[in-house]
Formats: sequence, C-alpha cells, structure tokens
Amino acid sequence: MHDLSNIGPRNILRIGSVYVTETVFFGIIVACVIIALCLWMAHDLKKIPKGRQVVAEFIVKTIYSLVTNTMGKHCENFAPYIGSLFMFLILGNMLGLFGFRPTTADVNMTFALAGTTFFLVQFNGFRSRGFIGKIRHMAQPLPFMFPLKVIEEISFPISLSFRLFGNIFGGVIIMALVFNGLEWVSEAVFGSIPVIGGIPWLQAVIPLPVNLFFDIFEPILQAFIFTMLTMVFVSMEVARHAADGEE
Amino acid sequence: MSLVTPIAFVSGLSALAAAFTMIAAVGIGIGQGFAAGKAVESVARQPEAQSAILSTMLVGQAITETTGIFAFIISIVLLFVNPFIGNL
Repeated sequence: MHDLSNIGPRNILRIGSVYVTETVFFGIIVACVIIALCLWMAHDLKKIPKGRQVVAEFIVKTIYSLVTNTMGKHCENFAPYIGSLFMFLILGNMLGLFGFRPTTADVNMTFALAGTTFFLVQFNGFRSRGFIGKIRHMAQPLPFMFPLKVIEEISFPISLSFRLFGNIFGGVIIMALVFNGLEWVSEAVFGSIPVIGGIPWLQAVIPLPVNLFFDIFEPILQAFIFTMLTMVFVSMEVARHAADGEE
Repeated sequence: MSLVTPIAFVSGLSALAAAFTMIAAVGIGIGQGFAAGKAVESVARQPEAQSAILSTMLVGQAITETTGIFAFIISIVLLFVNPFIGNL
C-alpha cells in the first residue's frame, strides 16, 4: 500500500551522491529471483522429465511456440530475449501482490525497456536491409513519406512505454484509493470500540477482487501486450525484407 | 476582500482540467467495445480460431488504449505535479 501524498518511487538507499530508488532495488531483486529460479529448475536435467523439469520444459516450449507462431520460423533465435522480457515484466508488475511498488510503475523502467525494443527493431531493420535499403524503404511509396516514417518510428517507444506505465500506475493509484477509503470507513465504524478499534478490519477481505484484477490479471495482460508488440514490430522489420527479396 | 488565494484557484482549476481530460475515456470505451463485439462475431462464425482472434483483439485494444493512457498521464501530472503553480 502506498500513501497518496507521495506517489513517486521513494529513494531507499544512498551511496555518496547517488540515490537508489525502489524501482532499481526491486528490479535487481526480481532479476535475481528469475536467475535463481532458472538455475534451480535447469540443474540436473534428466532424459525423462520429472517434477520441476516438466514445468521448465513447459515454459520454454510455450514461449518458443508463441515466438514461432507470431514471428515465423526464421525468428526463433529471438525467443530467449522475449521469454526473459515476459518473465521480468510479469514478476515486476506483480510486486503489488506482496505489498511493494511494482517496478513498472516508474516511467524510467518502462522507457528503458521500450528503448531496448526500439534499438532491437532499428538494428534488425538496418541489418536485414542495409543502410541504403532501410532509408530507401522508409521513403517507399513517395519521398515525402520519409519524415512521417521517422516520426512514426520515434513515437513507437514512447507510446509503448507510456502504455505499460499508465496501466500499472493507474492500478497502483486505484489500490491506494481503495485501501485508504476502507481504512477511513473502518475507522468510522469500529473506531469507538476500545481495544480493537485501531485496527482497519475492513481492509482484510474486501479488496481481494480489486487485487485480483490489478495485481494478477492486468500484469499478465500488460506483459503479454508488451512482448506481443515487440515481437510484431521486430518481425515486421525482418519479414518485410523477405517479402522485398522475392520481388 | 479576497477569499480565494491564487494557489487555491490554480490547483482547483487544475483538478477541473484533470477531470475534463479524462473525457477521452469515452472514445476508448466505444472503440474497445466495438473491437470486442467484432471479435465475438468472428468467434461465433469460426470457433476454431478463438485463440488467434483473442490475442489479435487484445493487441488491437491495447493500441486503442494509447490515447486514453496519454490523457490519463496528463491528468496525473495536473493533479500531482501541479505544473501551473510555478507560473504564479
């Protein structure tokens, strides 16, 4: 739960003149958790899978099939990046479930991720088409389309990052409003009872549906949408080239 | 006699502007509902393509949502950052 008077990420650590915010701290923790889970699931692999190896194989197989279905067979080597992005986004968005601030409720984090996607898209465009080819492709139907294409490609990471940030941050604000309101109501109802009056009883079970929506459903949906858009835009850069080559 | 201080006036009008900004949500509601309705129609016509239709619908709705998210961020900035108080 977060107080509404200060809704930005707090500075929790200070090293010299450098501050470490909640976002960075929990981002590193989420990355460490993912690495530990990978090491724990993938050590001591057997020919016939059992227990945790079944789960690991299911996750890997699902992500590979998602990538091949969306991007095509020739883009299969993007699957490790897409999978780790998906896992990082799901765990980072779900931190609200444990009472922490979600890492993606900070525009710096989402803009960094969207910047990674942007450079992936541009790098693959230049690699598969060549510098001249890419420039020529951007001025494709008529030469005056070139500035419009440049604006389109620059606005893509901005809209991608603000979409994720806005959704998760809106969830954080609504959760804080719900918890504050329930605290106020339970103060008004139970406040006069001597011993147990100070405890906000109504916060116990009533926020569960809101939690379910904003801390479980929305994180999975937003992580899926972010990775899906990344896959679509990267595969467009690669697949368009294959279509151009056939001409 | 002045009852309203300039800071109170500016923050009150900022809150009003934040409320007006979120009128953009009307358009998103209409757009997403339209997309969901069309998706239901295509699932009814072709039930075996349900998963592909579902993921396409979700991505399309996410792109539809962008304008509303921009409006939401503008209203957040108006409410919590108070950019116009610095102009006083």
